[in-house]
Amino acid sequence: MIGAYEAVIGIECHVELTTATKMFCGCPNSFGGEPNTNVCPVCLGMPGALPVPNARALEAIVTTGLALGAEIPSFSKFDRKNYFYPDMPKDYQISQYDAPLTQGGSVPYRLEDGTRKACRLTRIHLEEDTGKSSHAGSGDGRIAGSSYTLLDFNRAGVPLMECVSEPDIRSAAEAVAFLESLRRTLLALGVSDVKMEEGSLRCDANVSVRPAGTAELGTKTEIKNMNSFRSVERAIESEIERQIQILTSGGRVVQETRGWDEVKGVTHSMRSKEQAHDYRYFPDPDLVPLTISREDVERLRAALPELPWQRFERYTQTFGLGEMQAEQLLDNLPLASYYDRVVSIGGNPQRASTFVLGDLSRLANERGVAVSDSKVAPEHVAELAALVEAKTINSKIAKELLARMWDGGGSPKAMVESEGLAQTSDPSAVEHFVDEVLSGNENVVADYKAGKTNVLGFLVGQVMKASRGKADPALVNELVKKKLS
Amino acid sequence: MFDERIERSAAQIAADVNAGRTSACEVAEATLAQVEAVEPRVGAYLTVLQAEARAHAARVDERVRAGERLPLAGVPLAVKDNMCLDGTRTTCGSKILEGWIAPYTATAVARMLQAGAVPIGKANCDEFAMGSSCENSALGVTRNPYDLTRVPGGSSGGSAAAVAAYEAAIGLGSDTGGSIREPGAFCNLVGFKPTYGRVSRYGLIAFASSLDQIGPLTRTVEDAALAYDAMSGHDPMDATSVDRPVESAAGSLRADLRGLRVGIVREFQTGALGAQADAIYRDAYRDLERLGAELVEVSLPTAGYGLATYYLIAPAECSSNLSRFDGVRYGLRVEGKDVREMYDRTRAAGFGPEVKRRILIGAHALSSGYYDAYYVRAQKARTLIARDFATAFASCDLIACPAASCPAFEFAAKSDPYSMYLMDFYTIPMSLAGLPALSVPCGWTTPEGGRRPMPIGLQLCAPLFAERLLLGAAHAYEQATHHAQAHPPALDEVPA
Repeated sequence: MIGAYEAVIGIECHVELTTATKMFCGCPNSFGGEPNTNVCPVCLGMPGALPVPNARALEAIVTTGLALGAEIPSFSKFDRKNYFYPDMPKDYQISQYDAPLTQGGSVPYRLEDGTRKACRLTRIHLEEDTGKSSHAGSGDGRIAGSSYTLLDFNRAGVPLMECVSEPDIRSAAEAVAFLESLRRTLLALGVSDVKMEEGSLRCDANVSVRPAGTAELGTKTEIKNMNSFRSVERAIESEIERQIQILTSGGRVVQETRGWDEVKGVTHSMRSKEQAHDYRYFPDPDLVPLTISREDVERLRAALPELPWQRFERYTQTFGLGEMQAEQLLDNLPLASYYDRVVSIGGNPQRASTFVLGDLSRLANERGVAVSDSKVAPEHVAELAALVEAKTINSKIAKELLARMWDGGGSPKAMVESEGLAQTSDPSAVEHFVDEVLSGNENVVADYKAGKTNVLGFLVGQVMKASRGKADPALVNELVKKKLS
Repeated sequence: MFDERIERSAAQIAADVNAGRTSACEVAEATLAQVEAVEPRVGAYLTVLQAEARAHAARVDERVRAGERLPLAGVPLAVKDNMCLDGTRTTCGSKILEGWIAPYTATAVARMLQAGAVPIGKANCDEFAMGSSCENSALGVTRNPYDLTRVPGGSSGGSAAAVAAYEAAIGLGSDTGGSIREPGAFCNLVGFKPTYGRVSRYGLIAFASSLDQIGPLTRTVEDAALAYDAMSGHDPMDATSVDRPVESAAGSLRADLRGLRVGIVREFQTGALGAQADAIYRDAYRDLERLGAELVEVSLPTAGYGLATYYLIAPAECSSNLSRFDGVRYGLRVEGKDVREMYDRTRAAGFGPEVKRRILIGAHALSSGYYDAYYVRAQKARTLIARDFATAFASCDLIACPAASCPAFEFAAKSDPYSMYLMDFYTIPMSLAGLPALSVPCGWTTPEGGRRPMPIGLQLCAPLFAERLLLGAAHAYEQATHHAQAHPPALDEVPA
């Protein structure tokens, strides 16, 4: 059935910025805390209090726009969005209406099959977050049936980025890939911690369907209340299916806002277009228009860090890492920068990725300490990689050394030297071990000579054991074969 | 009959306190005694701050004893009740804020106190500064000390009456379309509105944010300059406050007007004020000329649209600014069956008719489908009006015109809202253009059926940020004419 229809999806994201202070006052911008302790006359909307914009928040939006190839108009302004709601202190939200900080741009993303796409952005703008309402007395936290509502204004006035996409997305999986890419970008830029579960990333999806191959857009619905990437995927899938069912049974999709019910796995109607507010937007007279100088734009552009898709290219193309490894690093920026340090000190990129993503990450999981916070210095990982590359030690010894480095062992080179762990590559020394093993395993040697060549591995293993792991395995292999022939 | 200590100007009081000839505490006690004596008749204050006045005065005396010289040492101050003073009731003359205690102090008030002023009380005003007579206050009646049957003007009527009745030497007012200048004219005072952005609005409860500006009401121009020097300057808490240096206005007072061109507005010569007032203004312009100014005719072709423009922009902003008075967090709350009904009941009970009228006008002007026709057009008109002033100032240094459409009128004389709006016909254009302007006493006229002469004011207006020039010229005019030198006779009539 889906084959006959095509989904058209646009995403609207709200992202809380991780500035030191709130958007329009000096209160710390921090998550949680005792209710109504992180507030002041400004973010409580006290009579006479005035907003003053946070320059860092403005820069964060411009930086994000630049990273995503958006245009930064030289003129922008704040507008008031007027509506009454108890957790909105002024009963208007300072937002941006017709002159957002950025216009256009796109978010590139990669689908699971490796296909690359990009979703165009309409705009990114800056606004203030509201407080939080907790409806009590109804048992389920919903407003219906509740007897009273508690208000917490700690979140009121937190800078909020709103990012609106064009309807370029064609499936639920694409929507998640888009969000994943946006999330990585914002993390790379350091403008938000982008945690959906803490509400620092919230998103709504506009979904419509149309017969495949047609150009005209179908009637859309707006889906809200999605609390994880997984619920975004499920909600959109469910909504696409619902709309297709309506259309195939001859019905019409109603333009409305629908809420995602995580438990029931369906969307339900919240309000129709006819109930839409007239927000009476107008320029906020408490704030002066914003002039974004070209010098500031260029300064911010020059300060852009490496972006996720650039990093991906570097890892896969320049470093020769697999796509899986590259993705793993993209998803853990502290680990990626740790890895980059190892490589920049001279560690072989692939060897280093084996250590960092393999052994060290496993240790990190076991011990509950991030690699980047561990006692293992990147210099020492690079040193270890060099020791393996130079065949001074083999990978088995390297593994053992990593574990000791984790416990504070320090320089692997020093350990190798002080404990004589260097691989024995001197043929006469190795030959001594080989002779010893062959003479001690006459039966096995006889088997080999009788054609059971698979015992070679056993013999090599015995030689390695005799050398306490220090013999060069390749040399051992070569010598054993030579002696047996 | 007055204690001579309270009749002195702010400048004289500060000089005496700094020199140890009197103390801030003595001045405060004398002022509080005057308040007690005249308040039953004048009603300037909604809250008298006895304890705060005494505490502040004691602190000022300590600072002076410690060697500090304070520009406003011991000067009794009336604060319009739309400005926050930490820990004191701040009502905006509205039932919706009747019991609200401000949790912080407005920047302008804090700066006045830092300069040595002593807060005597929170002065009555039209509700949320909307009105021209103080009659829109929901919490008290203020009478004009020059005739107790007449209004003190508004919206800063309480501050004006307090200064006129010697219940303060400086009154802080706020001017959105004339709310300092008109009560100044009605109460024989200097009423000064600085350039928009000169004085921080932080802690001034907003009526129309793009127009509101705090300024002083005083008995002399010199006092206005002192207050301006103390209050003005950039405030990081107000994004619309201007970050440019302020040069002392008190140091720029001059004795004549030589070298200045004063513009007389052609469009304002309509005869609408009546023969008596016209004659007074003609004399005033002649006095300016006598002081060395050259009179030139200037044109403000769009100024006549000021009233219509103002009554779209100011209500639009107020409709949004006053949304926060919703019963949720502070002020009046009237319970309802749900939050929506609580909002409705609270706002229905808390706001007076004029405030409701403006919220409705403003919400309509901003609503979808009308926004372009009303709000956007009004903004364009505002730009044109500002441009007219800029053109006029190419051929003059100052503009002189009436400060109000008539002298102080009797209570309930302007029951039709539009006739009340007309009071600000001459002051609104300057507000829309953000210009500094003041009213200074220029003569006396006996209104029809009136018992005695009432003061009227000359309005002087200068280019943006030319406060020094404006105050300097006003001082020269004041010193040469002495129209302000009169005791309010109404206070003598009925013994306290």
